[in-house]
Amino acid sequence: MRSTEKMPIWRILMQWEAILFFMLVTVIVVNSKLSPYFLDLNNILRTTFNFMEKGIIVLPMMFIIISRDIDISVAGIIALSSCFMGLASQHLGAGTPALIFIGLLTGLSAGIFNGLIITKIGIPAIAVTLAGLFLFRGIAYVILGDMAVTTYPESFAYLGQGCIGNTRIPFELVLFIILAIIFGIVLHKTTYGLNLFAIGNNSTAARFFGINVNRIRFLNFALIGLLSGLASVLLTSRIGSTRPNIATGWELEIITITVLGGVYIFGGAGNILGVVIAIFMVGLARFGMSLINVPGIVMNIAMGFLLIIAILLPDSLRELQRKILTKQQQR
Amino acid sequence: MLEKVVKKREFTLLVLLVSFTLIISLRSPRFLSIGNFRDILDDTALLAMVAMGQFMVILIGGIDLSVGAGVALTGMSVALLHQYHPEIPIFAIVLLAILIGFSLGSFNGILVSLFRVPPIIVTLGTMGIYRGFVFVVSKGAWVSAHEMSDAFKNLPRGGFLGVSNLLFVTILCVIIFAIFLGYTRAGRELYAVGGNETASRYVGINLKKTKYLAFMLTGGLCGLAGLLWVARYASAQSDTALGFNLQTIAACVVGGVSFFGGSGTVLGVALGALFLGIVNNALTQLRISPFWQMGLQGLIVLVAVIINTIMEKRT
Repeated sequence: MRSTEKMPIWRILMQWEAILFFMLVTVIVVNSKLSPYFLDLNNILRTTFNFMEKGIIVLPMMFIIISRDIDISVAGIIALSSCFMGLASQHLGAGTPALIFIGLLTGLSAGIFNGLIITKIGIPAIAVTLAGLFLFRGIAYVILGDMAVTTYPESFAYLGQGCIGNTRIPFELVLFIILAIIFGIVLHKTTYGLNLFAIGNNSTAARFFGINVNRIRFLNFALIGLLSGLASVLLTSRIGSTRPNIATGWELEIITITVLGGVYIFGGAGNILGVVIAIFMVGLARFGMSLINVPGIVMNIAMGFLLIIAILLPDSLRELQRKILTKQQQR
Repeated sequence: MLEKVVKKREFTLLVLLVSFTLIISLRSPRFLSIGNFRDILDDTALLAMVAMGQFMVILIGGIDLSVGAGVALTGMSVALLHQYHPEIPIFAIVLLAILIGFSLGSFNGILVSLFRVPPIIVTLGTMGIYRGFVFVVSKGAWVSAHEMSDAFKNLPRGGFLGVSNLLFVTILCVIIFAIFLGYTRAGRELYAVGGNETASRYVGINLKKTKYLAFMLTGGLCGLAGLLWVARYASAQSDTALGFNLQTIAACVVGGVSFFGGSGTVLGVALGALFLGIVNNALTQLRISPFWQMGLQGLIVLVAVIINTIMEKRT
């Protein structure tokens, strides 16, 4: 029902992406008031280190929520991947390529494990991934206990701390941008992406149209496992150590960002632009809060409210738009 | 008749519990002692209480990830109140704890029923919010044993005929909720809504009210449990009841509650909680590192959910 006529300016301004963009600008303005050093380009580039790993998991989470699933085991997968990398580095003296391989493989296996149980046995994703969250992190606790691994090779640090060539552009940022472009193309330009929307809107109808719903859902869970493994490689490299409590509570923020980015929680809608803006907005807002020494547990209050508002606000906006439109038509 | 009893989940669980107990007692004789059993029952009591709340939410097809944070926030609030105003009588504190719990649960309930936000999202959000507020109200400090009066600490510990108040209150709750869910109209409506939402709307059940009720009652149970928790362990801190969400969900699914909603019994949930209590106690008795606990609980939930789903598909 999208008309080709020129949209009135207020309708463009009420698009969710536009609102997100204004929120992003507000965050940047507030941050630069809090710290005079914030607006420096090098500083902004440096702050992206703090949220690129989360951003990388938000991308497949977008696929999952669009097709009306959910995965809350991602932080557990990060812990498990990091733990296995730690073991390989400490006991086998594995080099950087081997560590990357182990991290990705662990993540992928965990994702496949989730996906198989969800699609083959037909158990709700909430139940499986909730158990997975504790199972995966639990294995890390069994293996590491209260120990930490810090014996990573020097070259490993580049992934999470390094910059491209002589510039100040972080490797993580570039990797994220490349992935975001790929995910955007897959979501908006391929049959796979179209199928995701179809499944999210009505999975029964999608099945009748010949879409292999369970295969796509399985692939989504394998994919988010793989990218959680990648995030684990980057995070472990950045902080240079592994503890079983690594990345605790990340699922809240990752799901918040995804939903805030305009991905409809009941599936079937969402776009890459909103999600990418939301990643930067939340990342920079968190950075701003850390500038005024807000403890992490208190930031979760903001994240929690943000998550709920992100779901309530678009609904009320749609309602408002409809009211204005009907009024105009009556005239 | 006998066949019907044997096929019930509660019976299977009971057999499992008894055989499990016997196996462990072969390895560790102290496990079977009366003292140890009293410990297990007291440890299980708080879990069973909150698991009943979790059960009602799962019953309507939802999930509550904020119960642990709700327990912690209520516990911290009443502990602080007691610390600064020890003159407030204990029964007023009990009422206040339940009231705080009701309001935390109501907040979840309003968002779920009135604004139609999915329970997983609401409670994921309020989990962060409530847990954050524990830190805010306490400024990160603990309330420890010497800041609590003896009357406060004896609230769950005291008792009669060898039964602690804590256990007594829990058994009372189990009986009340078993009657509520089994024999009252409002209780049966919870089953109906979880079983088939569309059908229950057609027969005139108020969906919003029913969903709100489930969350509100869960909050109340969390509130009561929060007070008893801090009094029993004589300490309130920011990470009180961390990881409690999974345990309550585990008690439900082990007790035969279906994740699809609409089925399960209070007795099953109570036995499920007892199962987890025995497993946790056995880990200590067998001197297995506490680091096993988290992974094992995840595994228990996973296995129980798989068994439940396969059994449901067969019938």
